[in-house]
Amino acid sequence: MIMVNGREFPWEEGMTVKRLLELKQYTYPRITVKINGEIIREEEYDTRTINDGDNVQCLHLMAGG
Amino acid sequence: MILKEYKYELGKIERGYNNRSLYINLSDNTIKEKEVTQFMKDKFIGGKGFGLWYLWNAVTPETKWNDPENEIVIAHGPIAGITQYPGSGKSLVVTLSPLTHMPMDSNVGGYFGPYLKFSGFDALELQGKAEKDVIIFIDGNKGIVQIMESDIEEKDSHLIAEILTERFAKDEEDKKNVSVVSTGSAADHTLVGLLNFSFYDIRRKAVRLKQAGRGGIGTVFRDKKIKALVVRFEGTKGNLNNAADQGKINRTGIKLHREICLLDDKQNRMRKIGTANIIEIMDQYDLLPTHNYKFGSHKDTYKISSDKFQARVTQGLPDGCWYGCSLSCAKAADDFIPQTGPYKGQKVIVDGPEYENAAGLGSNIGVFDRDGVLELNFYCDTYGVDTISFGTLTAFIMECYENGILDKEKTGGLELYFGNKEAALELLHQMARGEGFGKIAGLGIRRMKEIFIKEYGADPDFVNDIGMEQKGLEFSEYLCKESLAQQGGYGLTNKGPQHDEAWLIFMDMVNNQIPTFEDKAEALHYFPMFRTWFGLMGLCKLPWNDIVPENNKYTDEPAKIPEHVQNYVDLYNGITGKNIDKHELIRQSERVYNFQRIFNIRMGYGKRIHDKIPYRAMGPVTEEEYLSRQERYDKQLKELLGLDPENMTTQEKMAALRKYREEQYEKLTDAVYARRGWTKDGVPTIEKLKELGMDIPELIEVVKKHL
Repeated sequence: MIMVNGREFPWEEGMTVKRLLELKQYTYPRITVKINGEIIREEEYDTRTINDGDNVQCLHLMAGG
Repeated sequence: MILKEYKYELGKIERGYNNRSLYINLSDNTIKEKEVTQFMKDKFIGGKGFGLWYLWNAVTPETKWNDPENEIVIAHGPIAGITQYPGSGKSLVVTLSPLTHMPMDSNVGGYFGPYLKFSGFDALELQGKAEKDVIIFIDGNKGIVQIMESDIEEKDSHLIAEILTERFAKDEEDKKNVSVVSTGSAADHTLVGLLNFSFYDIRRKAVRLKQAGRGGIGTVFRDKKIKALVVRFEGTKGNLNNAADQGKINRTGIKLHREICLLDDKQNRMRKIGTANIIEIMDQYDLLPTHNYKFGSHKDTYKISSDKFQARVTQGLPDGCWYGCSLSCAKAADDFIPQTGPYKGQKVIVDGPEYENAAGLGSNIGVFDRDGVLELNFYCDTYGVDTISFGTLTAFIMECYENGILDKEKTGGLELYFGNKEAALELLHQMARGEGFGKIAGLGIRRMKEIFIKEYGADPDFVNDIGMEQKGLEFSEYLCKESLAQQGGYGLTNKGPQHDEAWLIFMDMVNNQIPTFEDKAEALHYFPMFRTWFGLMGLCKLPWNDIVPENNKYTDEPAKIPEHVQNYVDLYNGITGKNIDKHELIRQSERVYNFQRIFNIRMGYGKRIHDKIPYRAMGPVTEEEYLSRQERYDKQLKELLGLDPENMTTQEKMAALRKYREEQYEKLTDAVYARRGWTKDGVPTIEKLKELGMDIPELIEVVKKHL
């Protein structure tokens, strides 16, 4: 299990940032991803894996109205 | 025929202020100048602050929107009119609203505000009522104000603005120096009339319109028998504000222009598609209001997605609604040919679509048809109908129709089911003609609810649950069921459920950055105050957070865009020569925000009971809604309430969820009022007013009756 934006989410073996965003259906193009407080560069989304128990933040910097 | 002419001395703006305003009374054709005092500048700053102060002094608690005492005040603000920083040409319009009976404020682009400023005035007050239609003309170069009888037969804004631009400009070259404020035929027959502010687009060689949409200001305009306001000013340049530190303004502007140039294409594509860039994003996150806010997404949204509009909107033109705005979000569909109504078959320009139009005139009424949205958009604008109110009230009507509250007999033959574009267009044409069911629709949701209950036997609980209005104003176009903070962002507001005070859906629902009531209350303090400031200055909100610096994500508070907040501090200090910081910026807003709250209380509103919102904004009203997101709601019952949904009927589950969500809203209200320094009934305390330096006797007199 991992934490995503403060809520529990099932972890899977080999889960990358890209895979997590797909699973969460986070399609917004401007998301800042942090794993245990460390900002992950977009170029690493494909390769950077998430470990069981990690605290992940997917912050949508959405401007809105 | 000129009814009255007034000559005034041309002046010079000093550090963002002319230090005088223009007052016109149409009952007796008085025209005079008023001093803008240091008190006004200290307490109310400008823009909406000036508008509210003038209105406060013009009306009594008994004044109604259509009394001659009611005013329309148009004011810009100390920063307005600079050309170095994007989004600096806004006007703020204030009046007593026919929908809410309270002060309404609306923020609008176009050239009128800056030209009014360059002509010598920090605000324009319009009071009284003319006997016949009049045009008010301000010649900002000659120092002349005229009230003249109108000879314009055309009734709709795109024509009125074109004719008057042609008439008051010396030649083609001069058209850019003219701005017209007008409304259209529906403002004569509805309570949802808007004002169109024009600017001349020299590339298209055409008049463009921007809207002060919310709250029926256009209705008040026509009640005063104003056909149009026209200002002409030749000589716009970047230093007319006589800033204390022009270099600071220039440097701050260059920084943002560079950011926009480098990053906009990677971020929100404001230059390519404007605010419509978020249509499909809202759909993907289940936030796009669909079928009167029942749902947040729809299988046909792709038909009205931003790329569909982008293909229809002319590209490659710098589409700013004031000089120097490189964010350029003001889009236009050129050579659009309406299929219905009085302009059927003619080539017209549609200004937009904004996101709100696509959602309100599209998904919320079930019209997943790009050109249908554009046609509704065109007619709303030129008829002078607020697109947001039209979308939301039509969605309400359609749900009533589908539930048998309305039928063809009651609607005069209109089959107003979701998705019936032709019926929606005909409803709009009826509003413009003042005929048929359009007359009822034009009263807005609050009054329709009363009619449907009294005359059609509608279930009061049902229509009150699904009628998406609060304080009499229709909701804007975001689904907030899953974001408690945004429910507060709509409900705990001064003018009604318009998202310009706070837009917290992603921070709250998706990012979960403000999980506690205290966190939400802090956000519902900071963001409404911060956003209020744009309206004091004559600024647009979009360059604050629709473009962000590349390193913004590394800052402590990315949602506030700290670098841009500092830009605004620098702009204000650069113009005025003062030395405020980001904390004083918030206090400037707090003074006006609390004043507006007290103004509402003075008018008999502005208390906790007026901040309640319909249940459709909080959760599923119908089984259809619940079942459509059953997994989500069942999970919440288990996790938040410890219930076992397996052993509950849908009705039981809905009742339990409703009780929980309504309690959450009450707790949020408590937390927000406490953070804002208000009593549990939503009244600003005397201590709070003292802290803000707003313990003015007449404000104390109002609040002490409610403490």
